[in-house]
Amino acid sequence: MGRPGPESPLLVTANYKLSFDALRFQLDTIDAWLLVADTRGVNVWCAAGKGTFSTEEIIHSVQQSQLQELVSHRTLILPQLGATGVAALEVTKGCGFKVQFGPVRTSDLPTFLRNNNQADEAMRSVTFTLKERAELIPVELYFLLQPLVILFLAGVLLSGIGPTIFSASAAWTRGLHLLSGTLVGIGCGTILLPLILPWLPGRQFWVKGLLPGLAGGIACWGIFSGQITTPEGLALLLWITAVSSYLAMNFTGSTPFTSPTGVEHEMRRGIPIQVAATVIGLLLWVAVPFISQP
Amino acid sequence: MQNFRYIDKVATLSLDQETCIGCGNCVTVCPHRIFGVAERKAEIEDQDACMECGACAKNCPVQAISVNPGVGCAAEIIANWINGFVGRKIMSGCC
Repeated sequence: MGRPGPESPLLVTANYKLSFDALRFQLDTIDAWLLVADTRGVNVWCAAGKGTFSTEEIIHSVQQSQLQELVSHRTLILPQLGATGVAALEVTKGCGFKVQFGPVRTSDLPTFLRNNNQADEAMRSVTFTLKERAELIPVELYFLLQPLVILFLAGVLLSGIGPTIFSASAAWTRGLHLLSGTLVGIGCGTILLPLILPWLPGRQFWVKGLLPGLAGGIACWGIFSGQITTPEGLALLLWITAVSSYLAMNFTGSTPFTSPTGVEHEMRRGIPIQVAATVIGLLLWVAVPFISQP
Repeated sequence: MQNFRYIDKVATLSLDQETCIGCGNCVTVCPHRIFGVAERKAEIEDQDACMECGACAKNCPVQAISVNPGVGCAAEIIANWINGFVGRKIMSGCC
């Protein structure tokens, strides 16, 4: 970065494209050495949690790159969130370089370096702002593409079942209604929920997902009111709420404040209710052609 | 982070003040700022804000902190359940 000399700071990061680009962008005015640990394209926090951004990897990278010939000092600056995987004292034992944990966010690095490598409380705290939550939405949606195709095909199959064994026209019209419901559920759990997260009631995420799901379900029922029967509307409401609640629970993985013990605790409570709502909803959906026939 | 509180009284974090030497490494690395140091001993000031990332325990020079670390991610936990059930790794969980 810039024109580093023997006195320039040594910054360590992961070979995750966004971390690396963020560093280059933030540091365009600073002369520094950059040591990139091989985390197979995974970001610092995830890699630290999964053991690729580790004490051993840092020692290995230092030794490989022969840093001692490049710099006169013996200090590595690591992102603070790397501390989950890196034991600072053991790095020093392993390669002679002292580890200092820098700020959580790259954007605070210039200030950190200017202040003689001091980070204040704000620089050391993780945040979860509206912007940070909104940026996660496309990633979450991307991971749902494959399940959506499967759900669509399963939905068409379920919708076609009827007294005539299988009706292609019912599969099409009712399949589209069910698909719309699925999309509404995804919209509630994956788009709406992250945006309004701090204002949703409940601590547990499966509970936070219920309210958007119920609202989405009622809206969906209202929109299709002329085309679907009451049991079908109820089935859609249950299905959408279950989808929203499940996706909300899944969102725990993208937040920076949920503990694994807490997530397991809430999953043991949320999953039975999500499964019950799904089963009752889908049974209703399949039963409708049989009960509404003259 | 004051806007976000997760479930109370579940985090497995504990600190042995007898063993603690008050170095303050835990204060530095904690992303939720739950530690403080007073009279050369660390203390947990906000236990329920702990997300069990394990950074404090990893960087404690005298192993005074114990926490069952992991990622708080439902997909990961489901993958662990399924992998444990079938006895081999068939699901990879998150990131």
